[in-house]
Amino acid sequence: MTTTAIRVQGIEKSYKDLQVLRGVDFEVASGSIFALLGSNGAGKTTMVKILATLLKADGGQAAVEGFDVATESLQVRQSISLTGQFAAVDEVLTGKENLVLVAKLRHLKNPGQIADELLAQFSLTDAGSRKVATYSGGMRRRLDIAMSLIGDPKVIFLDEPTTGLDPEARLEVWQIVKNLANRGTTVLLTTQYLDEAEQLADRIAVLHEGRIIANGTLQELKRLLPPAKVEYVEKQPSLEDIFLALVGNTGTSEPVKDRS
Amino acid sequence: MNTHFFADTSVLLGRSMRHIFRSVDTIITTAITPIALMLLFVYVFGGAIRTDTENYVNYLLPGIMLIAIASGIAYTAVRLFTDMQGGIFERFQSMPIARSSVLWAHVLTSLVANGLSLVIIVGVALLMGFRTSANVLDWLAVAGILALFTLALTWIAIIAGLSAKSVDGAGGFSYPLIFLPFISSAFVPTETMPGPVRWFAENQPVTSIVNTVQDLFAQRPVGGDIWVALAWCLGILVVAYAFATAAYKRQIA
Repeated sequence: MTTTAIRVQGIEKSYKDLQVLRGVDFEVASGSIFALLGSNGAGKTTMVKILATLLKADGGQAAVEGFDVATESLQVRQSISLTGQFAAVDEVLTGKENLVLVAKLRHLKNPGQIADELLAQFSLTDAGSRKVATYSGGMRRRLDIAMSLIGDPKVIFLDEPTTGLDPEARLEVWQIVKNLANRGTTVLLTTQYLDEAEQLADRIAVLHEGRIIANGTLQELKRLLPPAKVEYVEKQPSLEDIFLALVGNTGTSEPVKDRS
Repeated sequence: MNTHFFADTSVLLGRSMRHIFRSVDTIITTAITPIALMLLFVYVFGGAIRTDTENYVNYLLPGIMLIAIASGIAYTAVRLFTDMQGGIFERFQSMPIARSSVLWAHVLTSLVANGLSLVIIVGVALLMGFRTSANVLDWLAVAGILALFTLALTWIAIIAGLSAKSVDGAGGFSYPLIFLPFISSAFVPTETMPGPVRWFAENQPVTSIVNTVQDLFAQRPVGGDIWVALAWCLGILVVAYAFATAAYKRQIA
């Protein structure tokens, strides 16, 4: 029997005259990866902010781990972690100081030890004593996600985790997300990249003009379209394959699936 | 109130103090303009200004300190604005911490940073011939009233930081505040000013604070000015705090 980690029913939200969410419903099973897919401005970030208790919905109900986001926000915050669209790291502090800061704010014992373990886990040990301002985009994102793991939250929200990352860093983030789900963490990620949802998600919901217009596993969504027809196409390497071969990606991450 | 308020505030205070000590330039710049003004007024205009004091630096220092505070608090607005632009503000807000500690950490940082700038300014004033017979209690009174003034203006800075649309807007609100000491008893006695200007100068908050600090340094009885000064500071503090809290509630919904 699977339990429900996130339950969203009829959520509505407007900014002044602009109606962003017009009755959104979906559920996320515990320990699964759920992708909220949509173009820019579809309302993905608004939905995540409501679930992370940063915004209040105008109508409808949402619960995370059984706690209502509006009335039991403190309990919700104890169960979740948010990795926003822009890396939520402190540029002036070092990588280690950032991790220690979050560990202290989560009132954990041995913040220094927790920080060291995460630095090692995310291959940031050497960079741990450098200011984050000197980090590359990929390192920043890794640190950002590492900060979100402190305190072992049951549910993690990743808002466009790979936007602006180069292909290698993107594969690293994908691997991290898969590892999270293997540990039993529920992951809700938003993305505008179709291949990202395809690679990672157990279920995919398409958010369009403030409503969920499709929701299912990849197989279920494929059945919405006419059956596949067989065509013979010459298999050319994609530019991404070429790029990764040239820069010598040695398989720290899983190879990209053939998508011809 | 959340039980973690003090623990969370001190963790976040530690964070912004690191920011201060890694960019010491903010403390230096806060101190440098008031010091330049002090040099200008003492060595260029001072000879022509009659203040009934044998030592113009003594007369000038309180006003210079208020200018330093008025410009120093702009950094608080900028720091808060920068936090909100990056994702770190949202990260804090989505964590199980006492939410008000995010603001209080910035407020306490402002007190410490402005205090450091003032220490530098008093040091330069001493080199320029500032002398006082003020005892420890007088110094404590001066520190107390300056801290209260800093606190009041910092909460105005918090409003600016929370509601600004750009970094320039976040920092720019302080210009009128920096200008206030010029139309007060800080540089020249108000008796020399024409009617309406004199009325404004004598009834705006800076004059009562300047007079109080001048009296404390000169070991004169402070008179009613100290109560007017305290009333202004507390009044500004309460109103600014109320608006800042409302602005914060809008931000964090």
